[in-house]
Amino acid sequence: MRQNAKRAFDPGKPLEMQKQAYKKMVKKVSPKPPVIRNSIWAFAVGGFICAVGQAFLTLFQGLGLSTLDAGTATAIVLVFIAAFLTGLGLYDEIARFAGAGTIVPITGFANAMVAPALEGRTEGIVMGVGARLFSVAGPILVLGITAAWLVGILYYFLGPRTP
Amino acid sequence: MPAEKKVGAQTVAFAKPPVVSATAAIAGAKEGQGPLADTFDKVIDDPYCGEDSWERAERRLLQEALEMALKKAGLKPRDVDYLLAGDLLNQIISANFAARALAIPFIGLYGACSTIYEGLAVGAMLIDGGFAEKVLVGSSSHYATAEKQFRFPTEQGVQRTPTAQWTVTGAGALILTATGTGPRVTHATIGRVVDLGAGDPYNMGAAMAPAAADTMVHHFTDTRRRVADYDLLLTGDLGFYGKTLLEELMRSYGHDIAERHNDCGILIFDRENQDVHAGGSGCGCPATVTCGLIMRRLRERKLNRVLGVGTGALLSPLTTGQGETIPTVGHAVVLES
Amino acid sequence: MIFLKAFVVGGLICVAVQILMDRTNFKVTPGHVLVGLVTAGVVLSAVGAYEPFVKFAGAGATVPLSGFGHILAQGAIKGVQSGGLLGAFNGAVAAAAGGITAAVVFGYFAALLFKPKG
Repeated sequence: MRQNAKRAFDPGKPLEMQKQAYKKMVKKVSPKPPVIRNSIWAFAVGGFICAVGQAFLTLFQGLGLSTLDAGTATAIVLVFIAAFLTGLGLYDEIARFAGAGTIVPITGFANAMVAPALEGRTEGIVMGVGARLFSVAGPILVLGITAAWLVGILYYFLGPRTP
Repeated sequence: MPAEKKVGAQTVAFAKPPVVSATAAIAGAKEGQGPLADTFDKVIDDPYCGEDSWERAERRLLQEALEMALKKAGLKPRDVDYLLAGDLLNQIISANFAARALAIPFIGLYGACSTIYEGLAVGAMLIDGGFAEKVLVGSSSHYATAEKQFRFPTEQGVQRTPTAQWTVTGAGALILTATGTGPRVTHATIGRVVDLGAGDPYNMGAAMAPAAADTMVHHFTDTRRRVADYDLLLTGDLGFYGKTLLEELMRSYGHDIAERHNDCGILIFDRENQDVHAGGSGCGCPATVTCGLIMRRLRERKLNRVLGVGTGALLSPLTTGQGETIPTVGHAVVLES
Repeated sequence: MIFLKAFVVGGLICVAVQILMDRTNFKVTPGHVLVGLVTAGVVLSAVGAYEPFVKFAGAGATVPLSGFGHILAQGAIKGVQSGGLLGAFNGAVAAAAGGITAAVVFGYFAALLFKPKG
């Protein structure tokens, strides 16, 4: 057994070669996530959240709100639901199965704000909850706002001139 | 000139093997629903353990385990020479704060999940070296504190990968004494820090298997022993895939351990029904399994000689963020009935 | 009909992200996904691709976080149209103010009211 030349991993080789061989071993042994099953869950739950969003959108439009305002109102309702479910400890239970289906919708954004904030409670309501609300949401706002600002600047210099 | 009790490069052989005279294992709800439920001294179903934060809950787990071990041994804190303890949290706060309550001269340890074995090794050295009569050793982890510090907030919607492991909520403690009855610690092999380039914090088994292999191989070389000299080769928390990788690595070193190898992370949960993916992990995993199941089997003489290898991943969220791979360590002790 | 479209389109965006996450390593966290979606929404909106998408799929395009990027980008553009260079600074956040305020306020109250369950 000691002389088995076919062994992928040879402890006699230099460290860098051991690392390469071990990487292959780990890849072979470690299973990949079940993409098909995860995708079905993501489709079903993500689709459902969007359909619920559509229901609110249609409702608010029926109440006379403009498309833009109805969109904002829908976002507010979904954020509320997600914050509530996160507080009850249910959002992460759904997400264990739904994966991207619960991350991609705006509810995932709300969950990513509430979850760290909940854990900040023990450090007080200012630096605990207040700061942690933005530990995941911070980067989203920073990059989103920066990108949008850049779009505005480009539009100002390169966009069509209003008379 | 080599040290008197040193054997080979990394192993020490105790002249008068210290005795594990009392043990205590306290586990959380999920562990209490697992296959090892009846080996724990106590199962605490409330994840907060009656406290108001996860961190205080873990501290309580550890403190209760330490106090229970003392009580079982019929000792008071002032009877003990040293307390050796550690956990996973920054600045080992669970151990530090439990030590504050017990007021025993305290040596804090950090070996990540290997801490209980690091404590067994160092404690046995203190006793056999003549520096102590009685040493209290303990280690703990808590699912929520570990997730919070190392991964994501518990309430954040995150899908776990198949190689992810479930941090055990639990604490183990034991009393080492110079004399008495109980399983004995005959050898200790202190591990080197090993890194074979694994960087995925959701595949700890893969990161730690090389450290366990390195320590095991040195143990066999140092003691001139073979796999067949042991009833059980027990690793700390490699989990399902780490176990496979370790067995493969050991084969490449010329040791076929598969038949006698098991892992605390596999023993502690029912993988089919408990949704723990690759198995258990965390300081509490080897601590509760060793202080519960293994010590019981040794006392019953159903096991006679065990090589326990605690494995620890010495990463931090900071080093992962900076793109570093995961340094790991394995500390081994030989336990005899 | 719009419900079905919203379901299918929104679901498909989730599937695309799911496959991306499953195929990439641990470095792609939910935070990275959300940042990527917002930025993608901003870029698609800026080149005029997102508005037709919203018309087609309704909430299937606005509920995924890329819709938030769309609102930010359109806000910035409209800001420039009405307020010039200053609008580039005002527009984006103003347009998204409702969603952001809801997330902050509800998030804050949720964190004050509940304890994490673990």
